[in-house]
Amino acid sequence: MSKNIKLDSKIPAGELSQKWTQYRSSVPLVNPANKRNLEIIVVGTGLAGSSAAATLAEMGYKVKAFCFQDSPRRAHSIAAQGGINAAKNYQNDGDSVYRLFYDTIKGGDYRAREANVHRLAEVSTSIIDQCVAQGVPFAREYGGTLSNRSFGGTQVQRTFYAAGQTGQQLLLGAYQALERQVGLGNVKMYSRHEMLDVVVIDGKARGIIARNLITGELERHFGHAVLLCTGGYGNVFYLSTNAMGSNVTAGWKAHKAGALFGNPCFTQIHPTCIPVSGHYQSKLTLMSESLRNDGRIWVPKNKDDNRHPNDIPEEDRDYYLERRYPAFGNLVPRDVASRAAKERCDAGYGVGASKMAVYLDFRYNMINKYGRAEASRLNIENPDEATLLKLGQEVAKEKYGNLFDMYKQITDEDPYEVPMRIYPAVHYTMGGLWVDYELMTNIPGLYALGEANFSDHGANRLGASALMQGLADGYFVIPYTIGSYLSNEIRTKSMPTDCEEFVAAEKKVREQLERLMSINGKQSVESFHRRLGLIMWDKCGMLRSEEGLKQAIAEIRALREEFWRDVRVPGTMNGFNPELEKAGRVADFLELGELMCIDALERNESCGGHFREEYQTEEGEAKRDDDNYMFVSAWEYKEGNEWELHKEALVYENIKIAQRSYK
Amino acid sequence: MSNSNMNLKLKVWRQQNANDSGHFEDYTVQASPDMSFLEMFDVLNEQLITEGKDPVAFDHDCREGICGMCSMVINGRPHGPKGGVTTCQLHMRSFNDGDTIVVEPWRSNAFPVIRDLSVNRSAFDRIIAAGGYVSVNTGNAVDANATLIPKEIADEAFEAATCIGCGACVSACKNASAMLFVGAKVTQLSLLPQGQAEASKRVVAMVNQMDAEGFGACTNTGACSAECPKQIPLTVIATLNREYIKAKLKGY
Ligand SMILES: Cc1cc2nc3c(=O)[nH]c(=O)nc-3n(C[C@H](O)[C@H](O)[C@H](O)COP(=O)(O)OP(=O)(O)OC[C@H]3O[C@@H](n4cnc5c(N)ncnc54)[C@H](O)[C@@H]3O)c2cc1C
Ligand code: SF4
Ligand code: FES
Repeated sequence: MSKNIKLDSKIPAGELSQKWTQYRSSVPLVNPANKRNLEIIVVGTGLAGSSAAATLAEMGYKVKAFCFQDSPRRAHSIAAQGGINAAKNYQNDGDSVYRLFYDTIKGGDYRAREANVHRLAEVSTSIIDQCVAQGVPFAREYGGTLSNRSFGGTQVQRTFYAAGQTGQQLLLGAYQALERQVGLGNVKMYSRHEMLDVVVIDGKARGIIARNLITGELERHFGHAVLLCTGGYGNVFYLSTNAMGSNVTAGWKAHKAGALFGNPCFTQIHPTCIPVSGHYQSKLTLMSESLRNDGRIWVPKNKDDNRHPNDIPEEDRDYYLERRYPAFGNLVPRDVASRAAKERCDAGYGVGASKMAVYLDFRYNMINKYGRAEASRLNIENPDEATLLKLGQEVAKEKYGNLFDMYKQITDEDPYEVPMRIYPAVHYTMGGLWVDYELMTNIPGLYALGEANFSDHGANRLGASALMQGLADGYFVIPYTIGSYLSNEIRTKSMPTDCEEFVAAEKKVREQLERLMSINGKQSVESFHRRLGLIMWDKCGMLRSEEGLKQAIAEIRALREEFWRDVRVPGTMNGFNPELEKAGRVADFLELGELMCIDALERNESCGGHFREEYQTEEGEAKRDDDNYMFVSAWEYKEGNEWELHKEALVYENIKIAQRSYK
Repeated sequence: MSNSNMNLKLKVWRQQNANDSGHFEDYTVQASPDMSFLEMFDVLNEQLITEGKDPVAFDHDCREGICGMCSMVINGRPHGPKGGVTTCQLHMRSFNDGDTIVVEPWRSNAFPVIRDLSVNRSAFDRIIAAGGYVSVNTGNAVDANATLIPKEIADEAFEAATCIGCGACVSACKNASAMLFVGAKVTQLSLLPQGQAEASKRVVAMVNQMDAEGFGACTNTGACSAECPKQIPLTVIATLNREYIKAKLKGY
C-alpha cells in the first residue's frame, strides 16, 4: 500500500471564513429513504461518540454504538472538569470566531490546520445552544444568563462550565440524546464490548470485530461506515489523568490495518495535578485549569524553606509565572506552565516531601478578590482578614467545591486553608489517527472523531477545547461530512459477515487472544505497563533528547519482547476477564510507545508540548523550526514494527506565524 | 515499601458468574494509609496473580468519583464507611491496622452479578431510554441565552444532575428501590424550562420502566440518600412523586 499513499486533506477552496458554509451547501445529501438502509458503526460513547451516534440516528441512519464500560454514560469524557469554550462573546469582552480560531492556532504553536480550526470556532456557538436545549445545567448569573470564566492561553472569558463537572453534564446531555435514540430503536447499543479490529473489504472499512466482555465471544458487525470515537492514549505513560480503561487499541488496530497515525508524539502534560504519593499509585488526579483563574502558583524564593506555606511572607515567594509571563501570568498555556514548574523543581525549589511540587494558592484571591467583593455586597465595614477569608472561602466553594473536596480526599489536606501542592502530569494526546477535513482517515469509510483523531490542536491544546472539539465533531461536523461518502454507498447492500475478510479478521483477533493466554509467564500485565510508563515519562515526557529517545526505543523493544515471553494472564478467554482486556491494551501501548519516540526523534525542533532539549531559545522557550517542520507527521505502519513517514504541509494564509509569546 | 504499614484481613465475595451461588474468601493484604481502597485491591490482585490465582474482578474506571463505575459494599455499606464518597475515593486512612474488611457486590435482583464484585446495571440505561431526556434533535436549538433561568433554579437542577448512576441507592435500600436515581433525573429536567414540555410523559415512562426492571417500591426509609456518594437529597423523591401524581391527574 505504501508508495501510493497521497495525503489529501480535502480542505475546500475559497476564503477561510466561507469554506465550511460553502462545503455544507454543496456536500451531497442522502435522502431519508436511503438513510434507513445505511448502517453506521460508532465505536465509543464519549462526547464525540454519543453526540455522533445520537445525531446520525436522528437523521435516519441505522446506528450501532459500542463502549467497553458497562454504560455509555461512563466514557472518560465524564471526568472533564473545568469547562467548554465557545465564541459566544456573551461577556462583551472582544471575543469572536476569529479570536477563538487565532488563540487555538497560536496555542497549538502553529501546527494545526487553519480550515479545521476555523470550522471548530464557527460551530462552537451552536454547541452551547444545543446543550442548553438538552437541559444541561450550566452555571448561571443571578440575572439568569450563562456564566463564563477564563482558561489558559486566552485573554477573554469564553469558557462555559457546570461547577467542576462540566464533562459530566455535557456527556449526560449527549448520553440522554443517545438513549432516546436507543429507546426509539434507531441505535442498537453494545456496552461492555471492545472493538478489537476493523474489517476492510476492497479497500473500504466495512465493519469491526468486537469482543463481548461478559461472555468472551467474538462478534462480527457490518457497517457502511465505521467511526472511531475512542479517546486518547495518555495511558501509554501508565500514570496519567485519564481513566484506567482509556487505551489506544481501536486506533492502533486501525493503524495496523493501514490508517495513518498523525503526530503521535504530541502529548499534553497538564501543569496542575496532584503529585505522585507512592509506588502503588494507579493514576493521577487533575486539578482543573479553571483553578488558575483564582489560584496563584509559587515556590519559595529560598531553597529548603521549610516554613508552613502560610507563614512564608510575600517577599520570600517566587510567583514565577507572573514574573516570567506578565501578560498572561498564571494563565499561560499548559505546556508553558508545566515546563516552568519542572524548571523550578529541577532547580531545587520544589515543595512537599518529594520536592517535586509547587504551590497553587487561593488565599490571596479568596481574601482580596472574593472576600472584599462579598464584604461590600453585605455592607460589612472594615472587615478583618479572617472575615474576608471566610467570605472568600464561601465563594471558592461555589466555584470549585468539588475540586477542593477531591483534593482533600486524596491528600488529607484542606485547600481552603493551605495551598494545594501540584505537579504536571500526562493529560491529553493531541496526536491520533490522521484525518482529512471530513474526519475520514486514509481508509475510505473509516472516520476518527474527538481525541482519537489528530486534527485541531496542533502541538498543544488549549484548556476547555477538547470538549468543544468532541461535540463539534459529533453534533455538527460528521453529520454533514459523512454524506459525502455515504451518498456513493446507497447501492451497497448490507454485507453478510461470513465473507472471507470478516472470517480472517476474527481469526487474527482470536489468535492474539490465544497467544496472550498461552504465554503463562511470571509477570503481571500491570508490571509491564508500569515499566513502559517509566520509560515514556523519563525519555518521551516533558523533556526529550536525541540520546534519551534512542535509548527509549531500544528499551521499549526489549520490554515488548519480554512481555510476549513472560506475561501472565490469568483466567480464560471465554468469559469476563479484565486482566485479558488489559493485556491486549498494554500490548498495543508497547508498540505505540515506540512510534511516539520515533516521531519525537524525527521532529528536530521544539513546538508546543514537544520539547527537545537541543532546540530551545536562550530563555528556555520552545524553538520551532518552521522552515523544516511545518508539517503534520503521518506515519504509515509496515510489517514488523517499521514505519514510513508521510508529510502533510501546513499552509498559513490567514494568520501570520510568529514566535509564540505570552510575555 | 516503607509506607505499607497496615495489615488487613479481607473477606471478599467470589462468584464465577450470574448462575454460581458465590462464597466469601479470606485474604490478607498490606496497605498504606494514603492508598485508595481500589489501590489496595490492586495490591491484592497483584499478589493473587503472582501466586497463580485468579484476581478479584471489580468495576472501576475514572478513579476520581465521577464515572459511577466502582461499586463495592464495604462492611455492609455501599461505598464504605465514609459517606459522601465513592469506593474509589475512599482511602485506607479510614481504616485501622488489623481491621477485617468485608467486601461484597451491589445486591439487587435488578443488578445481576457478572463476576465477583461486578454487576450488570444496564437497567438504569433502559430507564433513561424510556424518557430521561429532552426531545430535541441536533440543530433544533435556539440561542442559549434566549431563555433566562434563575441561578437558584439552575443550581438546584445541577445538584440533582450530579447523580453518577452508580446504583448505591438501590444497593442500600432494603426494597432495592431506584427512586433516588429516577427522582434525580426527573427533578433536574422538570425544574428546567427546556424539560417541562414533556415532564408528564417522561415521569410516567420512567416509572413504568423502573417497575418493569424489578426495582422495589419506596417505603421512605431514606437509606438511599444517606449512602449516596453525591448526597442526592430525598427531596428528589418527593418531586418525583409530585410529578407522577400530576401526570396521572392529567391522564398520562
Ligand atoms: C481529568 C480530565 C479532565 C478534563 N477536563 C477537560 C475540560 O475541562 N475541558 C476540556 O475541554 N477537556 C477536558 N479534558 C479532555 C477531555 O475530557 C477529553 O479529551 C474528551 O472528553 C475525549 O472525548 P472523546 O469522546 O474523544 O473520548 P472518551 O470520552 O475518552 O470516550 C472514549 C470512548 O471510546 C470507548 N472505547 C475506547 N476504545 C474502545 C474499544 N476498543 N472498543 C469499544 N469502545 C472503546 C470507550 O468505552 C468510551 O466510550 C479532560 C480530561 C481529563 C482526563
Ligand atoms: S442517586 Fe446517588 S446513589 Fe443513586 S445512582 Fe445516583 S449517585 Fe448513585
Ligand atoms: S471509578 Fe469512577 S466513580 Fe469510582
